This record gives sequence, structure tokens and C-alpha cells, in this order.
Amino acid sequence: MISILRTIWYIFLHAFHKRETILYPEEKPYLPPRYRGRIVLTRDPDGDERCVACYLCATACPVDCISLEAAEDENGRRYPKFFRINFSRCIFCGMCEEACPTYAIQLTPDFEMGEYNRQNMVYEKEHLLISGQGKYHGYNFYRQAGVDMGVKGKGEGENEEPPVDIKSLLP
Amino acid sequence: MNFIAVIAGVLLMVLTIAAGLIYVERRLLALWQDRYGPNRVGPFGLTQILADTIKIFFKEDWVPPFADKPVFIIAPGILIATILLTFAVVPFAPGFNVFDSNIGVLFFLGNSSLGVYSVVLGGWASNNKYSLLGSIRASAQMLTYEVFMGLSLMGVVMMADSFSLREIVEAQRHGWYIFPQFVGFVIFLIAGIAETHRLPFDIPEAEGELIAGFHSEYSGMKFGMFFVGEYLGVTLLSSLITILFFGGWLGPSFLPPFVWFFLKTGFFICFFILLRASLPRPRYDQLMGVGWKILFPLTLLNILVTGAVLIYMK
Repeated sequence: MISILRTIWYIFLHAFHKRETILYPEEKPYLPPRYRGRIVLTRDPDGDERCVACYLCATACPVDCISLEAAEDENGRRYPKFFRINFSRCIFCGMCEEACPTYAIQLTPDFEMGEYNRQNMVYEKEHLLISGQGKYHGYNFYRQAGVDMGVKGKGEGENEEPPVDIKSLLP
Repeated sequence: MNFIAVIAGVLLMVLTIAAGLIYVERRLLALWQDRYGPNRVGPFGLTQILADTIKIFFKEDWVPPFADKPVFIIAPGILIATILLTFAVVPFAPGFNVFDSNIGVLFFLGNSSLGVYSVVLGGWASNNKYSLLGSIRASAQMLTYEVFMGLSLMGVVMMADSFSLREIVEAQRHGWYIFPQFVGFVIFLIAGIAETHRLPFDIPEAEGELIAGFHSEYSGMKFGMFFVGEYLGVTLLSSLITILFFGGWLGPSFLPPFVWFFLKTGFFICFFILLRASLPRPRYDQLMGVGWKILFPLTLLNILVTGAVLIYMK
């Protein structure tokens, strides 16, 4: 009996507590940087596309919402000819981001993607590609890679020693 | 002409309050659960009521093919009709009532007994096992609590020496009956909540166990009538508590009697919403056990003691 009255009193005291609700369109909630929202394609510090069109994201995608086609430029550098994400299928699991070897595909803390027309949920490469580097700054795949794709000369990359002359006996 | 104006006034006021309570309840529940509740439609979300009303009127009014059609249709009407009829004897202010009955208390008790039919018939006519379970529970619960809801008022009636609600209020000019009749008040409060099958005693509806109990099969405005009937019941119960135990319209004269009545009634309506916000639903057998084993003897004892004291004082 006393506990019932005490319950009623404690619930009444909640009238003076702060309300938990965030009034959404006026106040935005804080979303951590690793929040899995809208997917973007990022660029490397030189301003080139990071994506090398390796198809790993499309393979990792559990709902098959990513489609792309690889192409090569005059230096032999691979890039996606088209890159299309169907956001009406995407479940924002982040597996594409995990699969990506070059930090190209990244998920951002933006979820406001409502559309009236379902066709508008399909994002092409020009919608996905951003001008910045996203979450991982200063990373350029071709500066780390051994191959020369017109970004750096052989042996000039980061953490890379000049090539050894295998025909020479000198140490 | 004046008579019709009073009837129209009471009807309009009561229905407006009942509809408005849907909004008030949602906002108050939200307040006590640290939320906001409906605050988007119009200023403070006030036109939410209008939106809800329009919505419920335009919903498909579906009668299930397996239902007992006439009974199914008439059941929600019984609930509204009995409660609205009871408002006829409620004195809102001196001289402001539809019908100054000299058996007002009995009229209220009789009508609330009739109100049981709506729930029982509604569940029965739905021809659905959950509805039937709900209405069986409702009939048992409401008949049980009917018994000592009436008896708990007998103390008040004995002290006021009248069944008329107006005379009961007048008799409280020198002290509200909440003090001498505290036991009667508590029992009437509990029985009243059980009678309107409001939370925490919404065992006939029990959405966790019986989906929606007796009104599972109802849709559209028929459901709306059960819904509004519940709020009408809350309003009626609050105004009767005010009249019987808290001196009705009586109060210091800086506010008109009408306002006093509404302030007190409003307080109890808010209290019922607070009960809903705070208390869980008891088990069905617990409810019946408490009713027959504790509240019923206590009510009889209350009558006995009140009678003895009144005879001794005479």
C-alpha cells in the first residue's frame, strides 16, 4: 500500500524532470563520426578518386545495392566508369566500408535522405563523390602501393626504398 | 427554452471535455514519462484532437461478418448513453443542472450498472474469443465493484440525509465529507476506477493479454465511442468525487462556484491520469480477491461505524 503511494509520488515528481525527447527537425541529435549513414566516395589528398574499382564493396554488400564498372586511364590507373548505389535497398551495414582497401567508400553521419520518388534513391557517382577525404585524412593508396600509376615514380612512395639493382654485386 | 439551453450546454461541455481529455491525457502521460507528447499540430498540438476526430470519422466502419450485428452496433451506444444520462443529475453549480433528482445517487448507480451491458454485449457480439474473455472479466469485475461502490456512498448519504446530489453538496457547507468519510472516499475511488475500467484496472481490455479485450473487433467511430465513453466515465467519476466528498461547487467566493467545480474535477482527472502513468495492472484474481475480501468488509464496517456515530451524535 505504501509502495503504491510512493510509486505514484515518484512518478509525479517526473513532472519536474528534464524531458528526454530531442525535438528533431529543430534540434539535431549528436551523431558520432562513425555513425553509419549516407555513403560517400572520397578523394585522396591530391584530389583524385580513391576508388580503384576492385568490386570488393559490391561483393561484400549483403543486399547487392552497389553496382560499378571498372575502367583504366592512360596510366593504367583503375577507376569506376560508373558507380551506383541504390539507397532504397541499402541497409547501412557498413560492410562496403570494411571491405574497401583504399578508404574510398565511407559512411557518414547523415541520414536525411527521404525522397518522394523511389527512383531518386538511386545515387550515381556524381552524387556519391565528395571533394574531401572523409574520415581518413592524408591517405593515398597509390603513394603506398608499389606500382607506378602516374602518381609517383618507382621507389618514391612513402615507406618505400629505392629499387635494388639486382644485376649489381654492391651491397 | 432555458431548459434546452442547459441540456445543450451540458452536452457540449461534457463532450468537449471528453474529447479534450484525449489530448490532455497524452500530454500529461508524456510529461510524467519525460517526453513531450503530441505538440506538432497547431499551437501546443491542440488541434491534434481535431485531426484524430477527423481520422476516426473517416475510418472504415467495419462490422465483422461473424458478429451479431444488431448487438454489435448497439453496444457502444449503450456506454455513451448511460454516462451522458448520468450527467443529467450532476449539479455543476447552484441551479445549473439538467434535472434536480431527489435520487441522484441512485440514478448514477443504476446507470453505471447499465453501463456494464455495453462492455458485456460488445464482447459477446464480437464473437471472438479474446473479446469474450474480456467481457467475462468485465462483467465479473464491474459487478463486484458495483456492489461496494454503492455501499461506499451510503456513509455520505447517511450524513447528508439525502440522495440528492445538490443537497449532498449543500450539506458540506461546514466541512467536506472527505474527512469524516475518508474510508468511503478511498473505496469509492478504487471502485470508480474499476467501474470505468480505467488503468490500472483495465483488465477487460488488457492489451498485453487480450489484444484489446471487449473492443478488439471494433473500428472507426464505434471504437471511438468506447474510447470517448472511457473519458466520459473519467469525467463523470471525477465530478462525482468532487460532489460527494469535496464539496462540489463550494469554495472561497473569489472564484465563481462553476470554476471551483471545474478546478476540483480537473484535479481528479489529472489524478486518474497520474494513476495510469504510475501503476501496473493487477492480476485478475488479485483484483477480485481485494474486492471481496478487503474492500467489501471495509465498506460494511464504514457504514456500521458511520451509522453508529450518527445515532450517538443525535
